[in-house]
Amino acid sequence: MAPVRFLLNGTPRTEDRVPPTTTVLDYLRTVVGLTGVKEGCAEGDCGACTVALGRVEGGRVRYRAVNSCLMMLPQLDGAAVLTVEGLAPPGGPLHPVQQAMIESDATQCGFCTPGFVMSIFALAHEGVPKSEDDIHEALAGNLCRCTGYRPIVAACRHAAGHADMPHADVAAVTASPRCTRYEVDGQRFLAPESLDELLALRAAHPEALLLAGGTDLGLLVSKERRKLPLVIATANVPALRRIECGPDSLTLGAAVTYSEALPHLEAAFPAFARLVRRLGSRQIRNLGTLGGNLGTASPIGDTLPCLVVLGAEVLLRSQAGARTVLVEEFLLGYRRTALQPTEIIEAIRMPRLAPDQQFFAYKLSKRFDQDISAVAAAYRLTVEDGVVRELRAAYGGMADRVRRARAVEAALVGKPWTAATLAEIDRAVAEDFTPLSDHRAGAAYRLRAAANLLRRLQLESTGAAPTRLEAL
Amino acid sequence: MSAPVSPPVARRVEGGVHQSVHHDSAVGHVTGRALYVDDVPVPAGTLEAALVLSPHAHARIVRIDTAAALAAPGVVAVVTAADIPGKNDIGPILGGEPALAAGIVEYVGQPVAAVAARTLDEAREAAKLVAIEYEVLPPVLTVEEAMAREQYVSPPQTIARGDVAAGMAAATHRLTGEVRCGGQDHFYLEGQITLAMPGEERDMVVLSSTQHPTEVQRGVAHLLGLPFNAVTCEVRRMGGAFGGKESQATIIAGIAALLAWRTNRPVKLRLPRDDDMRATGKRHPFLIRWDVGFDADGRILALDMTLAANGGNVADHTPAVVTRALCHADNCYWLPNVRLRGLPCKTNTVSNTAFRGYGGPQGMLAIETVIDAIARHLGLPPETVRRRNFYGVGRNDVTPYGMTVEDNIIARVVDELERGADLAQWRERIVAFNRTSPVIKKGLATMPVKFGISFNNPRLNQAGALVHVYTDGSVHLNHGGTEMGQGLFVKVAQVVAEAFQIDLANIRVSATSTGKVPNTSPTAASSGSDLNGMAALAAAEQIKGRMTEVAAAHFGVPPGEIVFAENRVFAGNRSLSFAELAQLCWEQRVSLSATGYYRTPKIHWDPKTMTGRPFFYFVYAAAAAEVAVDTLTGETRVLRVDILEDCGNSLNPAIDLGQIEGGFVQGMGWLTTEELWWDDQGRLRTHGPSTYKIPGSRDVPPVFNVRLLENAPNRENTIFRSKAVGEPPLMLAISVWLAIRDAIASLADYRLAPKLDAPATPERVLAAVDDIRARAAAER
Repeated sequence: MAPVRFLLNGTPRTEDRVPPTTTVLDYLRTVVGLTGVKEGCAEGDCGACTVALGRVEGGRVRYRAVNSCLMMLPQLDGAAVLTVEGLAPPGGPLHPVQQAMIESDATQCGFCTPGFVMSIFALAHEGVPKSEDDIHEALAGNLCRCTGYRPIVAACRHAAGHADMPHADVAAVTASPRCTRYEVDGQRFLAPESLDELLALRAAHPEALLLAGGTDLGLLVSKERRKLPLVIATANVPALRRIECGPDSLTLGAAVTYSEALPHLEAAFPAFARLVRRLGSRQIRNLGTLGGNLGTASPIGDTLPCLVVLGAEVLLRSQAGARTVLVEEFLLGYRRTALQPTEIIEAIRMPRLAPDQQFFAYKLSKRFDQDISAVAAAYRLTVEDGVVRELRAAYGGMADRVRRARAVEAALVGKPWTAATLAEIDRAVAEDFTPLSDHRAGAAYRLRAAANLLRRLQLESTGAAPTRLEAL
Repeated sequence: MSAPVSPPVARRVEGGVHQSVHHDSAVGHVTGRALYVDDVPVPAGTLEAALVLSPHAHARIVRIDTAAALAAPGVVAVVTAADIPGKNDIGPILGGEPALAAGIVEYVGQPVAAVAARTLDEAREAAKLVAIEYEVLPPVLTVEEAMAREQYVSPPQTIARGDVAAGMAAATHRLTGEVRCGGQDHFYLEGQITLAMPGEERDMVVLSSTQHPTEVQRGVAHLLGLPFNAVTCEVRRMGGAFGGKESQATIIAGIAALLAWRTNRPVKLRLPRDDDMRATGKRHPFLIRWDVGFDADGRILALDMTLAANGGNVADHTPAVVTRALCHADNCYWLPNVRLRGLPCKTNTVSNTAFRGYGGPQGMLAIETVIDAIARHLGLPPETVRRRNFYGVGRNDVTPYGMTVEDNIIARVVDELERGADLAQWRERIVAFNRTSPVIKKGLATMPVKFGISFNNPRLNQAGALVHVYTDGSVHLNHGGTEMGQGLFVKVAQVVAEAFQIDLANIRVSATSTGKVPNTSPTAASSGSDLNGMAALAAAEQIKGRMTEVAAAHFGVPPGEIVFAENRVFAGNRSLSFAELAQLCWEQRVSLSATGYYRTPKIHWDPKTMTGRPFFYFVYAAAAAEVAVDTLTGETRVLRVDILEDCGNSLNPAIDLGQIEGGFVQGMGWLTTEELWWDDQGRLRTHGPSTYKIPGSRDVPPVFNVRLLENAPNRENTIFRSKAVGEPPLMLAISVWLAIRDAIASLADYRLAPKLDAPATPERVLAAVDDIRARAAAER
């Protein structure tokens, strides 16, 4: 047992009495009394609880916006935490981000404001000017119901890139010993630092929850208020944080966050990166991992159709050894995978595209940003002399799990890649899938849209017509 | 006393009326120091509370067993309807509406019991242990079912004028149709919350996130069997409300107070987001059926329209929402022969309530659908049909409910908007784009708005204020209005600054409290600054009058020569500072405190005949919106919006701009991404932001030109000739919905009206696209 140590608004804090499943939000509000941090939803979707989490990256402290409602206290170990109270000491001058928010008249009820301030702070702290797209991407995880956002975006534009930012002392962030084992009132939070330790813990506690970013599992404590007896965090295991850009493949450790993965996905699979930018929000992507998306195996997991059509493999490991399984075969059913109780997901390997292969990924939802897909689709396509030589199509939101559309593939391979070929493709889609009707969309829409996405694919891959609203 | 200073010049005081001043809490907002109810330090021994909600849409409560919950760790009390010492009724209009379900539950999410415990987790855990046995009854879940059974929460209403049958007979064209619009969750970022604190002698103080402190006071008093003077409700600010904390806050405050009374300890009840969305009411979904007769120019000769509102399980605000819907189903149009029927349907869903616009948006969406259909049928631009039907000036100017539209400037507003936006060229660009774009189609639409200002119910149009001037010249301002982010406090403070001619910084607004200003109306109906501004002005003018007398005596001049300016009080070129005069008043034993009172003149309403002059004046506004629709997926995007809004002589243009932009985006959400989805058991499945999607920053039009109409003082004598601003902009967002329809109509050469309900989710848009294509193909 070691205490959790971190910097809070520049002041070192040591905690050894707070139960490990206490959310950072509850800790800040009720233990420390920092009530600028707000609870708006406790599910990581509104951003009112946003704080900036600083960790040493490349020799300096890099701040990233996170949802404090989804984090457990021990996840702060070794970090520099900034809340809105830390930006401007009482009596001192306001921070440039705060000043910009006032000057733009960007506050009305003010409840969402501290969260926006922290998201903008984290963006501005990167120190480079931002495009409108960057701004929306950074603000997608913060909801405002009063202003209509225009003045907030203006404040963000004003503050980004040239704000004078507080810096945490790198030495102070890295000085304390890490907390690998935290226990209060019989609840344990273990943060192994090597693969061997992790595998041993997994073998000893197959029932324990493995926590990667916690953007899904965090709901157990944030919303369900569960007092989990044992949590094993994977974030500090170097093997799970590796990024390997090989000539034939890109390998991402299971605990690599979406934000960390993005530049590499951008280079290898731009369409995948575009999709990931719409997955959750900046706050979610700063914590969430590809490994977690695979592990939860949701039928609407946004990355899964991409991984399936790319022919990605999952590297699974236990004390007994390692094995490799295609993502397509790893997904067995509704939130069911081939992962054995003593195994962990170590990494995901994505083969690079051959020169003649094209890759596309689409996502349909009610809101463009930070929404769960009604239908998600990914395609890997090879067209030769106007004829489909190979097509892999995978869909999410269409069945109990993400899976290939075999009838669609069969109907198209060997056919001319034209609009006429797709005239009857709705039938093949209906052969492949019998989707549900729920609050995200009805079955009829899902089938029709899934077929129309093939039409979009044809138009886009042949450059026949503009098909994307976001390009307008 | 002080040396002479130069006589008054034209310099304005800082923060007087008509100036753009930041929100008074802006620094508190950006630093996190502004306190909301959940942030206020609680007294020692404060308990946390949780609700037990009904899992059934309709059931008889057979038995409630609280033993296991009471035995759970930390639990201090469990209450049900049986524990209410007074009357279990918090109905705001009709009465008979329980705070805790008694004998029967009528919607999934209805509060049945509540638990108070030492910690929030203990309370929420124990709430799961309250064992309730239900006898499930068949529910009525849809408006159609309720209509078929004629099951209403209040009697149907009709506004009628002229001879509909004769008008129809005279019409050369006739169309019928049906359209639906969905409800809307308020999604205030701060959920419902109350901290109830019992005091001496049965006193109860409640800090509530409420738009209507007086109703909380009354509700708590009724539930606990107390006189009103034993209950004080206080609210400094809300984290958003939008109508959702008008009556709904009373449920939460009432239950918290019941637990506090039962335990004799302070109790905080804060709903988790899911409970908030399940247990409290929303905007009314409407089903609208219409039958219209018109001439070859598109002029409406007769309209017969039924507007059926889903009121949910009890009346709550439904009767008044339906009235306002009927009073806005004319929007800007002269309807010579008209019958408007409003059906307040009762279903086993959560009781719907006030929401920004209050029926107005649904009424306007109804008539705009009719206009759209007429235009497509005749092959005319919808703008042309609108213009031909506008109320006249001096003729064709009486509304279906008998009110003459005396201040009609809609033609001017629409003209200026269309000129400023160069609408004709804009339209050409869109049509040209659509000719060469097979998949993405653009649409353009305008939307005029005429919105009536005043509560439909005349008695609510009154307000009080309390002003103190202290001997250092600082001013304490209090009034019955509540601050929910809309900037009411700063506007009313500007009024007082203007009255005394002192800088805004000298005025401090304190939390709204039933102990300071009694018997108040809700802060609602866009009326906050109209009513409270006038009341505060009345208070300030009384004090100013007394101060003037003292100054006149001091300088030995007639009172008429005393001038308040630049933080000073002048008699010719002699002067005192405002503070010096305040001190002098005290020394001469002259009161520096006053209450102010205001009631809106001219208004009256007869609910029996559904006629009268319910509105003191109208706000006029217009918008033009351009959207793009993906005809393969039904996705949409708003590309540009131009708005021109009449705020009279705006009290604070910056605040008004924020209301316009924010209201518009909120309206966009109602009509596009925000979909409330119930399953076949009556369970709301979109009960948090992960499933219920309000607009995000990217959804805001990238080109968003908002202007306030210039040189347009209110014709009526309102506070410094300003106009109300809270609700009208929400309805401008109907332009976005109409533009989506326009893009879809382009697929049939603009000759067919799309079949599109609201919200226009990708699913509904794609269905409308496929439908119009099929109809167009069938015609060929």
